[in-house]
Formats: sequence, C-alpha cells, structure tokens
Amino acid sequence: MTPEEFKKIGETHQKKREAFKYNINVCTAAACVSLQSEKVKDELASQVKEQGKKESCRISGTGCLGLCASGPLVTINNGQALYGGVKPGDAADIVKSIDKKPVKRLEIPADMPFFARQTKIALEHCGNTDPEVLGDYLALEGYEALYNCLTTMQPVEVIDTMVKSGLRGRGGGGYPVGLKWSTVHKAVGTKKFVICNADEGDPGAFMDRSMLESDPHSIVEGMAIAGYAVGATHGYVYIRGEYPLAIKRLKAAIKQAERQGFLGKNICGTPFSFDVEIRLGAGAFVCGEETALIASIEGKRGTPRPRPPYPAQYGLWGFPTLINNVETFANISPIVRKGADYYASIGTERSKGTKVFALAGSINNTGLIEVPMGITLREIVFEIGGGIIGGKKFKAVQTGGPSGGCIPDEYLDMKVDYESLAQVGSIMGSGGMIVMDETSCMVDVAKYFMDFCRSESCGKCAPCRVGTAQMYNLLNLISEGKATMHDMELLEELCDVVRNTSLCGLGQTAANPVLSTIRFFRDEYLAHIKDKKCPAGVCVIEHKEEAVL
Amino acid sequence: MNEAASKDKRRKLVDATMRRYGHSQYALIETLHSVQEVYGFLDDENLKYVSDALRVPLSKIYGVATFYHFFTLKPQGDHTAVLCTGTACYIKGVPAILSAIRNNFSVEAGETREDGKLSLLTARCIGSCGLSPAIVLDGEIAGQITPEIVVDRIGRMIQNDA
Ligand SMILES: Cc1cc2nc3c(=O)[nH]c(=O)nc-3n(C[C@H](O)[C@H](O)[C@H](O)COP(=O)(O)O)c2cc1C
Ligand code: SF4
Ligand code: SF4
Ligand code: FES
Ligand code: FES
Repeated sequence: MTPEEFKKIGETHQKKREAFKYNINVCTAAACVSLQSEKVKDELASQVKEQGKKESCRISGTGCLGLCASGPLVTINNGQALYGGVKPGDAADIVKSIDKKPVKRLEIPADMPFFARQTKIALEHCGNTDPEVLGDYLALEGYEALYNCLTTMQPVEVIDTMVKSGLRGRGGGGYPVGLKWSTVHKAVGTKKFVICNADEGDPGAFMDRSMLESDPHSIVEGMAIAGYAVGATHGYVYIRGEYPLAIKRLKAAIKQAERQGFLGKNICGTPFSFDVEIRLGAGAFVCGEETALIASIEGKRGTPRPRPPYPAQYGLWGFPTLINNVETFANISPIVRKGADYYASIGTERSKGTKVFALAGSINNTGLIEVPMGITLREIVFEIGGGIIGGKKFKAVQTGGPSGGCIPDEYLDMKVDYESLAQVGSIMGSGGMIVMDETSCMVDVAKYFMDFCRSESCGKCAPCRVGTAQMYNLLNLISEGKATMHDMELLEELCDVVRNTSLCGLGQTAANPVLSTIRFFRDEYLAHIKDKKCPAGVCVIEHKEEAVL
Repeated sequence: MNEAASKDKRRKLVDATMRRYGHSQYALIETLHSVQEVYGFLDDENLKYVSDALRVPLSKIYGVATFYHFFTLKPQGDHTAVLCTGTACYIKGVPAILSAIRNNFSVEAGETREDGKLSLLTARCIGSCGLSPAIVLDGEIAGQITPEIVVDRIGRMIQNDA
C-alpha cells in the first residue's frame, strides 16, 4: 500500500459520512443499551424512512457519550443537538424537528461544564464513531498512526516518542510506558508477546469496558504499534468474561482489521506481522495482576509469582512480554498522530496527558470522563460531576478502589496526579472515582473493601490470606459497636504487617482503604467504639439495655 | 430433535473450542468457558470429558474451576437474579436490597432456591453505575431499584411460568 492509497481509504469513508446532512448517533454502549437504546435506534431508522428523510439522515450506533446517567443519549451532528432520556416514542419528534428547532423536552445543553471541561484523547472517538464499522474509524485517521510507524519510523523512534510523551501506565501503577517498551525491546527472546490487560477488577469502574465497547479499533491499533516497537508478533487481550458486549465488539474489530490487512501477515504491505487473540478472564480480581494474568492465559489458576523476573524479561511461556492496560493502548495512536510534545504539554510535571475516570456514586452526572492531569477534585466533583445528588453534603471521594483511599473535603482543591493522590494515602488507580455524601459511613466503606480483598485473596501467601480475614473481623466488630480501643490498635498493626509482607499488590495495598479512613475519619471510628454509635446511621448497632440506676 | 442429538450438538461446540487451540492444555480455561456457555454449568461428565481430551488431571481441572468465580459447578435455577454489589451500588443501598431478597424468597447469595426456581448471584459492577443500584433479572438490567421494586419484580418473574 502506498501512502496515497492509504490516504484515499480514509477520505472515501469521510465522504460517505459527509454525504448525509444529518448524522444521528445513538449511544449503544452498555449503560444506554440497558436502557433500551437499541430500540430507540430502530425506531429512529423507521421514522426516517416514514418521513422520507433517507437521503439526508444517517442513523448509526455510537460509543459512550459519557453522560451515562442521562441515557439513552442521541446526538445530531456531534453535538448540534444532544438528547437525553430518549424513549422509542420520542423518535418521531426527533426526526420531525431535524431541520428545525431541537425538541425542548429532551434537550441537554451541549455546552454544559460536563462536556466543556473535558479533554478527550483516549476517548477521542467515543461517541462520534460507530464502534462496529471500520470505515468510521478510518474516516477519523484510524490506523494512520500504525501506517506511519511502519513506513517512516524505526522501532526505537516509536519508543522514543512514548518516552517524550511522558505517558505512564494507566492500569494503576503508573510505570513509564516508554521505559517498559524499551526494556521489552532490548530483552532477548526468540518470540515476544504483547498483552492488553482488560481484566478491570475494581468493583465500580467501567473505563476499560467503555473504551472497548466504544472504540475497539484504537486498542487494536495501539497494540499493533506496541508490537512493532518491542518486536512482538503476537498479542493477547485478556478481557473479563462478564463483558459480553465489549468482547463481541473487540472480536468484530479484530476480524475487520485482519480483513483489511491492519493485522496479520505483512501489515500494510510491510514486513511487519502481528495478530491479536482474545482470552477470557473468569472473574478473579487477582488476575489483573500481571503475573497472575499470565498464568491464567497459560490455562492455570491465576496466582501471582514473585517478581523479578518481570514479565518484560520472563513473561508468557517464559518469553519477554509487554503488558499494558486498555487505556494505555488507547493513548498510543493519538500520541503518534498528534506528537509527543502535544501530549506532554498537557498535565503536570510528572503526570502528563489526560486520565479517564468512571465517575459514580452520589453525584449528579454519573458517567465516563477524560480530564487533563492536574485538574482539581473540586472541578471534577462540582463542575463536571454537577455536585452531590439531592444537594447533600460531600463527604469523600474514593479513588483506586480496593487499593485506594477516601479523600475528604479539605483536599478538594488538590491537583489530581499520581504524586498528589499518593501523598494523601490514596492512589490514582485505574480510574474508578466514587463520590460519597454524608449518608456513607467510612467504617462501613473500609469494611466493604476489606470484604472484597478477603474474598479475592488468592491464598498463596499467609499475610494476605489470614491478614485480610482478620482485618475484616476487626472492622466488623467496630461496625457492630463491639470493639475496644485495643482492637483498633491491633487493626492498625495488622495494616502495617500485611502491607509490608504480602507477595503481590493485592495484599500490599489491601490496607489502604482502612488506613486512609482512619487517617481522615478517626472520629467516626471512635464514635463506633466509644459511643457505640454510627454517625451516618449505616451500621446496625445493637444496644444492650443499660441497667437503670 | 431428541435428547441425544442435542447433547451431541453441544459437545461439538466444546470440541470446536478445543480443536481451535490444538487440544493444548493451555486451552483449559477457554474450554471451560465453552462448556459453561452451552451447558449452563460445569457438570461432572463434561469435566471428565475435558480432562481426557486435554490430558489434564481432573484434580487440576477442579482447582481451576473453583478458583474462578465465573464458573459454576451447579445447575442454575429457572430464573436468575444477579445483584450488583460494586462500590457505586453498595453505597446506594445494596445491603438492604440483598436482605429483602433473601428474606422474601428464602435464597442465599450464590445459591439456588430448593425448588430450583430462582438463583441469586452477585456481581461486582455490571457497568451501569449511572443507574445504581442495579440488578440483572433474567438477562435484563433494572436500574435505580429499591427493596420494594425488586421484591415485586422478582415475585412476578418467578410466578410467570406457574
Ligand atoms: C491485585 C491487582 C489487580 C490489578 N488489576 C488490574 C486491572 O484490572 N487492569 C489493569 O490494567 N491493571 C491491573 N493491575 C496492574 C497490572 O499488574 C499491571 O501493572 C498493568 O496491567 C500494567 O499496565 P500499565 O503499565 O499500562 O498500567 C493490577 C495489579 C494488582 C496487584
Ligand atoms: S488452607 Fe491453604 S492450601 Fe487449603 S485452600 Fe486455604 S490456602 Fe489453599
Ligand atoms: S498478596 Fe494476596 S493475592 Fe497476592 S499472592 Fe499473596 S495471597 Fe495472593
Ligand atoms: S453508555 Fe451511553 S452515554 Fe455512556
Ligand atoms: S457498581 Fe453497580 S453497576 Fe457499577
């Protein structure tokens, strides 16, 4: 394929889209599908036919538009009009008004802060392409980055671009991407692998799933570029079995890419060959940990092993293996296209670019957002998120899921980046962000996460297996008003032991939700222990009849 | 179609999965996914079959099957309710919903009712946090539920085929 031929593919698809005066997009990502957006789409299509507007209107499905709580969402020409809470019965009015004033009762202002305050890079195509149509992706410069890497750049130059961009792994650890790629590139092996970690274990996070459902080709493209850079010929996507829609779309995308020669032998007519296979996870949080994930792909129980050796040296079947998160891969092609400098111009000193968050909990605008690093929590919660539901009082925001912590209101003006979050005892994590109001009890939240860690501990090492169970029991005693101050001390000691002696990240970080809630909400713990009261009224405390004097 | 033939057809789907991976032992998890998809759960007979076909000891297969939450060794009830216990749902009142279901339908989380009518399962985030708290009833997501709504919906769901 010559560069001219390649350019032409994209232009043809672009023209096809532009031939329609009105592109009506219906969100067909999971949250909207669960609100019957497929029916809305069908109804819109039949209304277009009925009203004789087939020449001017094109109906497509599209990825997540972000504002999932107001679904099903429909947009016309990418934001010319944006409708929320659309029912199949609304289709007639939407089509009728297409060249007139928008339908007032359904309208969501497209300039609301929710949209205006975001910077979309990893999510650049979410909501404006049909995830099931390769042509849509190609029309928006899809696979151009891969093509350019293969035809104009050496692998080391691609790696250099990643180093310069400052991109860090988005799966939670924040390890520099360029450095990891370079290690795998230099590692010696007769074969090398690229793995995309789509196990998304944090219970309350849905970024990776949304990206796979909304723009699967960008992940495939990112993996192929990574393969070229590190010298791998084979890729795996390890994806949660509980994500049927994401699996289906990813499968379709891989097939389409193979057919068009963006995967397979001699990609785009170059010597580079790369294919991608899907492996289903089976519901074990610990399998998100890289060595456990590799064991699972090998068909075994997913238990972690000590590192080093790191997968970069000794990974899948003993071969050098690059493992990155879904969002990390989604950033690759935009960085190649827009340049490392552009990416590095966004963000803070040590955290470059943007981060995708799944915003949920007691917040008005639940959904999927992408913001520049360095934005404050206050901006996320009160501007983008639209504040707390029912005007209740903000209490804390939880990041990092079972490995993270709860951040109280005195830190709302803190900048969101890897370092600042770590300083307040939480972590960036993979992007789950749960907002809590005054009706949440922090002891109960700590207990919830410990229950999770206790049941997800793989049992390989004693500190985590026994420690998480013990910590859960102590938290349970506290929540029931049956604990003493001695139990509290014991809990804090245990946190320390489990953190320092566990084998993998699950155990090492399991204490974080407890430590951070003790640090910022000690009063609440004391109220349960000393006054036998749950200030938020969540925990059930049985009061023994006090003897009447 | 008689029973033997339909059994045969399902076996073929499992065989196809194993063949795709060249009957490699690495294919164990994919094969178990396939068995569960076509049979609904991992039954003894099929586990033995897979054990022979992939030359993996049965003990190892049990080890793998019980390690992963997604796999179930027991048949499911006529109807299933999958309650989301992810963080967003949890803080919006899942504990009360869970006890309402348990009390009204005498079924424990992760189990099937004695009469085989209802299985109650839990999941960590079903991706509908915007609609939390959420539950999946026979494959359909219901959002913004309360204990009352859920008890009513499940009640109607299991009564329907009486
Ligand atoms: C218990 C545990 C669970 C993890 N779960 C995930 C996960 O669901 N998704 C993910 O991308 N990384 C997860 N990780 C991090 C991975 O081990 C690995 O660091 C990551 O996939 C590397 O990709 P990145 O550099 O692009 O972030 C987990 C780590 C631990 C210790
Ligand atoms: S007791 Fe030990 S060997 Fe047995 S299941 Fe627990 S951790 Fe595994
Ligand atoms: S820390 Fe926990 S999850 Fe990790 S290896 Fe040890 S027991 Fe398993
Ligand atoms: S799933 Fe439709 S807006 Fe997010
Ligand atoms: S936490 Fe329940 S749907 Fe996400």
